[in-house]
Amino acid sequence: MMETLGHLPMGWLLFTFLAATGFGAFFMGRTKLVAVSQSNSAVINGTHSQPNYHGYFVAMVTLLPAALIFLVFFIFGDSFVRSEISSEFPDYILDLPPIQITQYLDRLSDHSSMRVPPPTGNVLFDQASIRMAQLRGEVRFLTLLLALLVASSAYTWAIRRIDPAFRARRYVEEGAKIGLFMCAAIAVLTTAGIVLSLVFETVLFLTAEDGPSVWGFLFGTEWNAQTGEDFGAVPLFFGTFMIAMLAMAVAAPIGLFSAVYLSEYASPTLRAWAKPILELLAGIPTVVYGFFAALTIAPAVRSSAQWINNLDFVPDGFLAAQPQSAMAAGLVMGIMIIPFVSSLSDDVINAVPQSLRDGALAMGATRSETIRQVVLPAALPGVIAALLLAVSRAIGETMIVVMAAGQRAQITPDPTSDLTTITAQIVALLTGDTEFDSAKTLSAFALGFVLFMVTLVFNLIALNVVNRYQEKYD
Amino acid sequence: MTDATKPVPISKDEAFSNPEVIRRLARRHAAERRFQFYGMSAIAFSVLALFILVFSIVSEASSAFTRHHVVFDLNLLEEQVIPETGDTAEDIASNVSGFNKLVQDNLLRAFPTFAEDRLKRRELFAIVPRLGVLPMARKTAERPETIGTNQSFRVVLSDDLDLFLKGRVTGRRALQIGNAGRLGEIGNNFFSLSDAGPDGFPNLQEVWADRDQLGGVLVSVNGSWYRLLDVNGAVMSIEFLAGQLPQIGEQNSASIEGLVLSAPESDRTISDHQIAWTLSLQDQGRVERRLNTSLISHSDSTYPELAGAAAAIVGSILTMIFTAAFAIPIGIFAAVYLEEFAPTNRLTGLIEVNINNLAAVPSIVFGLLGASVFLDAFGLPRSVPFVGGLVLGLLVLPTVIIASRAALRSVPPSIRTAALGLGASQTQTVFHHVLPLAAPGILTGAIIAMARALGETAPLLLIGMVAFVNEVPTGPNDEATVLPVLIFKWFSGAERAWEPMTSAVVIILLVLLMAMSLTAVLLRRHFERRW
Repeated sequence: MMETLGHLPMGWLLFTFLAATGFGAFFMGRTKLVAVSQSNSAVINGTHSQPNYHGYFVAMVTLLPAALIFLVFFIFGDSFVRSEISSEFPDYILDLPPIQITQYLDRLSDHSSMRVPPPTGNVLFDQASIRMAQLRGEVRFLTLLLALLVASSAYTWAIRRIDPAFRARRYVEEGAKIGLFMCAAIAVLTTAGIVLSLVFETVLFLTAEDGPSVWGFLFGTEWNAQTGEDFGAVPLFFGTFMIAMLAMAVAAPIGLFSAVYLSEYASPTLRAWAKPILELLAGIPTVVYGFFAALTIAPAVRSSAQWINNLDFVPDGFLAAQPQSAMAAGLVMGIMIIPFVSSLSDDVINAVPQSLRDGALAMGATRSETIRQVVLPAALPGVIAALLLAVSRAIGETMIVVMAAGQRAQITPDPTSDLTTITAQIVALLTGDTEFDSAKTLSAFALGFVLFMVTLVFNLIALNVVNRYQEKYD
Repeated sequence: MTDATKPVPISKDEAFSNPEVIRRLARRHAAERRFQFYGMSAIAFSVLALFILVFSIVSEASSAFTRHHVVFDLNLLEEQVIPETGDTAEDIASNVSGFNKLVQDNLLRAFPTFAEDRLKRRELFAIVPRLGVLPMARKTAERPETIGTNQSFRVVLSDDLDLFLKGRVTGRRALQIGNAGRLGEIGNNFFSLSDAGPDGFPNLQEVWADRDQLGGVLVSVNGSWYRLLDVNGAVMSIEFLAGQLPQIGEQNSASIEGLVLSAPESDRTISDHQIAWTLSLQDQGRVERRLNTSLISHSDSTYPELAGAAAAIVGSILTMIFTAAFAIPIGIFAAVYLEEFAPTNRLTGLIEVNINNLAAVPSIVFGLLGASVFLDAFGLPRSVPFVGGLVLGLLVLPTVIIASRAALRSVPPSIRTAALGLGASQTQTVFHHVLPLAAPGILTGAIIAMARALGETAPLLLIGMVAFVNEVPTGPNDEATVLPVLIFKWFSGAERAWEPMTSAVVIILLVLLMAMSLTAVLLRRHFERRW
């Protein structure tokens, strides 16, 4: 019985259980109230709450504790089974390094999850696998039993309270409010999850035996993570910076000019056409941009670089002219960011009060003089915030650099040579089969932590500036 | 005194005759025009970039929407079709080697010249991929009564030859050479051919003059294909490659067609012989160009000519279902709380800053979160749509919240006051009146958020959705991949044929995204309400 329960799909089981219980409890609560108020002639002004609220109340009280138990099971059930079974291992397995025990447990877990586990020939392993399935079954059985007990006692308690005078709606509304708050709190939980997991893995990385020191990681200039030797991230920081700057060199002027032209000069017809086109650029997935960069732009960059190299006055091999280049990635990333810059600056420019423009124009300034000397200075904080957000976006962009910038960690000012970035390395290190305990894998989390912190600082500054700017003109 | 401090008044007439003022005004107006020109060029640049992007991808993809097939009339010999392992439908359907034997025998009958040469034979068999016989095998398994009879089948042409016929690799140029005179035999498979006229192939002489620049010349006379070795006066020496066996003697002034290739044989993935065989099949009407339906009906494969995006499309749909199930309700509820219930205090402020910041966190960080929390800490399986949906759900949650808040804010306060005034509780006001009125706006925002999730790649790479999936996933815990990841994977494929295939998938993805955005725009138009 317990082993069969070990193979049941727990997710669907729980879902059906919860849904059925919820509906049942709702109807029981509602029916009871209707029955009570009809039989009780003392009720003159009807009930305090509508029958549905009584139903919701019973369903809520019945489901919540059971759902909580299932949540605990989902988060801790597996690790409980693992720790139980590893306490039963013979000593020679327990003496292994922790990484190998984890791998052993992983294999056990996979094996015992099979419907009919094939014998492996290893007696201990087979026995452990059977025991694991059994333990898992027991844990599932106990969870279900406990949930059933708790749900039924909660139901009994709730159904007794149903009475025409009972203020069910108040309780339901308070419960709903708490539920809504929990949904909003998920955003905070996500951030907390990101920070905690990144910090945890980064600390593991920096304290690992074959990992670098903090100093060596942040200021080392050799990066060879694939072979697990050198973890000096400066070349990656350089590559990220270089490509982001190339992207901004494209996106900042073009985005700004587009925004100025659209908000100050363009006819309504042009606006109606140009805005959706810019939005289209923003809606294209980054993997498509990456493909475009590799397919079209990188060869073009390469042949232009070769053409420059062939000029008479240019020394041989002046440009690297690699098939993948920082230039290709930067250019395409710039195109990707244009709509981002332009729509943010458009908002900012539109927020500048018309009276400022009217004043300048009345003084005889031309429209471009008004824009350059009045509108843009007034909008400057907002524009800077928009550019900061765009830089943060460029730093965090992944697919374009993975597909078009290359994998070589080097420091060179030549934009036609291949470079690698923080994000490209994270993908290279974590794609495919990963074990979460090697320095190689952990280094990706350390890089992710640096990336998160840098973008966080940029975002916070920018959001702060935007908020203050909006308050100024509101 | 007063004269000195007073600015000298310039009358209008005087101003327009003062050369200094006129020059300055002209300069300022020129600056104005320049400024406008910059603005216009900025917009033109964006439009041009979009145009180039779409054009380069569409032109690359255009060749992937059709594919060349070779027609085979085969006698389904029982001893070849039914494998030794058994005669069930399944055995027949997976009998690749048996059906391949049929196809290869057929090719050998058509081109018997090199039947003894092992290397050349392998070259000949390579013009159709080994697994290309699978559809044939499946069809036969479905209709066992056809075994032993003659049936006509189509097998895909190998990817490189397909691209050659489409003119995508190895440029080629047709050349009218003239009329054939006498064909003489020089050695085994080597012949000499003289001009029927007196001029001695003037066109060919001209081309052959820069033979170092050419990749080679193929020559076709009377249905057979030769390789040009040399032109000597009015006689060319040629090597027989494929087609009708040459008849020694007068060729009755049959016209000679030439094909000038741009790359030498050593630089190509296809040999002169393979080209000649394919062209000869084409002469016999056995090569057909058909719509490439395998692109949406097949799953992934290591052979580009057999690969399709079916598994990735289904994987994308499954992943989107989980993303939506997770992000949309939670996003709406969070927005309702923040907009309608939240007290103004530090906790609310913290949540708001958090949401705004999360919307700007790089997507790859969510991948790291998924890898470390969902995979490592919670022990959820890799590569499955459920975890993918969870990660993408967290990723687009801020977008859904922000869009829903904007929609809720656009519902006028009078609605709320009226409901409250009639005795509804705050919760009733929100759920019975405000939320239904905000629903179209929320829906629009949700569709846009889903479109973003559909195009997301990086976080999914980190939770292992790059696995090679050759079966269409059916549930939340099956291994799956999604369209953007498939684009990345095929892009990394070494063979040239992956490029048009990748472009084709890009187009499928872009069409899906366009459909979603269009739905959002139409919804917005339809339900837009001015209060």
